[in-house]
Amino acid sequence: MSDPAALNVAASGFEAVAKDVSDPRGAKPRRVLSRRNIFLYGTLILIAVYYLLPLYVMFVTSLKGMPEIRLGNIFSPPVEITFEPWVKAWATACTGLNCDGLSRGFWNSVRITIPSVVLSIAVASVNGYALANWRFKGADIFFTILIVGAFIPYQVMIYPIVIILREIGLYGSLWGLVIVHSIFGMPILTLLFRNYFTSVPEELFKAARVDGAGFWAIYFKIMLPMALPIFVVAIILQVTGIWNDFLFGVIYTKPESYPMTVQLNNIVNSVQGVKEYNVNMAATILTGLVPLIVYFASGRLFVRGIAAGAVKG
Amino acid sequence: MTSVSVKDLSLNFGNISVLKDLNLEIADGEFLVLLGPSGCGKSTLLNCIAGLLDISDGQIFIKGKNVTWEEPKDRGIGMVFQSYALYPQMTVKGNLTFGLKNAGVANDEIERRVVRTADILQIQPLLERKPSQLSGGQRQRVAIGRALVRDVDVFLFDEPLSNLDAKLRSELRVEIKRLHQKLANTMIYVTHDQIEALTLADRIAVMKGGLIQQLDTPHAIYNHPVNRFVAGFIGSPGMNFLDGELEVGVSAVVKIGEMPVPVDRYTFNGSGRRTGPTVLGIRPEHIAFGDSAGAMPFSHEVDVEIVEPMGSDTLVWTRLDGQNLSFRVDAERPLQTGDRVRIGFDPARASLFDSATGNRI
Repeated sequence: MSDPAALNVAASGFEAVAKDVSDPRGAKPRRVLSRRNIFLYGTLILIAVYYLLPLYVMFVTSLKGMPEIRLGNIFSPPVEITFEPWVKAWATACTGLNCDGLSRGFWNSVRITIPSVVLSIAVASVNGYALANWRFKGADIFFTILIVGAFIPYQVMIYPIVIILREIGLYGSLWGLVIVHSIFGMPILTLLFRNYFTSVPEELFKAARVDGAGFWAIYFKIMLPMALPIFVVAIILQVTGIWNDFLFGVIYTKPESYPMTVQLNNIVNSVQGVKEYNVNMAATILTGLVPLIVYFASGRLFVRGIAAGAVKG
Repeated sequence: MTSVSVKDLSLNFGNISVLKDLNLEIADGEFLVLLGPSGCGKSTLLNCIAGLLDISDGQIFIKGKNVTWEEPKDRGIGMVFQSYALYPQMTVKGNLTFGLKNAGVANDEIERRVVRTADILQIQPLLERKPSQLSGGQRQRVAIGRALVRDVDVFLFDEPLSNLDAKLRSELRVEIKRLHQKLANTMIYVTHDQIEALTLADRIAVMKGGLIQQLDTPHAIYNHPVNRFVAGFIGSPGMNFLDGELEVGVSAVVKIGEMPVPVDRYTFNGSGRRTGPTVLGIRPEHIAFGDSAGAMPFSHEVDVEIVEPMGSDTLVWTRLDGQNLSFRVDAERPLQTGDRVRIGFDPARASLFDSATGNRI
């Protein structure tokens, strides 16, 4: 309507103000140190510090020698940095008769985790796909039973499973544990995949059927390539869950095939001799490293996968 | 020769009956539109014909072959969906060839058909792109291509244009019509948009509650709807309905309040001529206004209540005997609320319905 520059000139005739407070315009100015911001970030930082403090203590303790630890200043950084405890924890710490540290447990855990993750996800993804897309008779009942399974405390099933594994001759072997892990992961994974495949537009499935694709062709060629985010979620859930498992590991395997968590427990809780806090701390961090790396490497995909179930298309 | 024929088809989900004893004969090369409000069973019927839903009773024939128990791929159909349903991880070419590869068609034949399809739909430059890199109109064109490339006798369209904006919709509508003229395939097209139905169809099947209400040419459905539902569903703005009393004496009249509308020129259905409560339906575009109104067999003076300019013409709302009535006038006619004008119509163009049953009399 009129030239804004001319208006400014006219306005400056009355008062020479850079910003007219009585006539707001454009982006609202925001104060960095507002009360809201201080409260928000203050709380966040406080809680983050609270949660990270134990990790910090573990880390600095693992780098100290025993004399320094005995001084009792658990928060102070190490005066003399030593990697001795890490080497000992990995390679020479003794559990019972074995003196090869955590390394044995690490490889056992790898041999347990990989087949368990692959097997459980392979089966659960097909389960979820069948439940979501092929409305077969009894699908709802089957699904309900599976979900109920997720809510039964697994402690009640420990002894029956011992008997079952003994009967089929897998008790004490790695494969017995792999089967147990796969079965216990099934309800939650199936639910995860079913919900994901349900969110895939039904017309896509219909189009594939008109195009002559069968059960497996639709699964491998249409559904699988679209399900990458949910596979990442499943892998993270399973790797962390199975790697961190202690109970099944200690019950269903023999000492020579104990997973890393059980090995760690045996190192930390050994009663003879001096308590080597630095070695214990190093061993604990080493054990927790795998899930941490998996999470940091794929965290972004994890969040995307979780969110993907909520959006269509 | 019939291309698709549906015999006594019923479909129940549990205790709910979705389609009831439906019969439909579709001629070779015919463009049939299934039209109805949501939930009327039109998409369900299409899915049954495609073999994507198992029917409860009845038979389906395509090209004279009983396909009632056949898989979708063996029925000789191609289908286009509302959401395009393109395989997102495949290129356009991958989308077109997926079905052919499943069917084990030879590579050079696949190549030949892709080239031909891309040619017809003008999608050659898009062949190497992913669906996510295409616009809505391009996606739907590829989806049509996926049906085309199968070289089938019958095309099924499930609301293919509903996801597009108004401008693209009218463009693709013309393109589908052109495609039909070129290929002369049988096409069954589901829509809730009566404009699409009227413009595309050779015949329209208007559906409601799992039943076909009327199956006829667009012209017949528009001018001679069999019941009040069809009359109200077809046409935009909708038909006016006036409650009245049919009196058959020396001459037949419908009394709207105290106003007699002579209906001698109206063509009654065989048994329709009897006294009783009747609904008179008249389309807004069949109501004359101004000087020409006086020449009509029925005319009356009314007050203008609301004026709705619609661009090419203007819709005027008024009342006749206290009942709402709208009529169309040329956009150039300056009418304002409160004006007193004369309107009239020829009852031969009206439709009369029994008040109780809603059926045409």
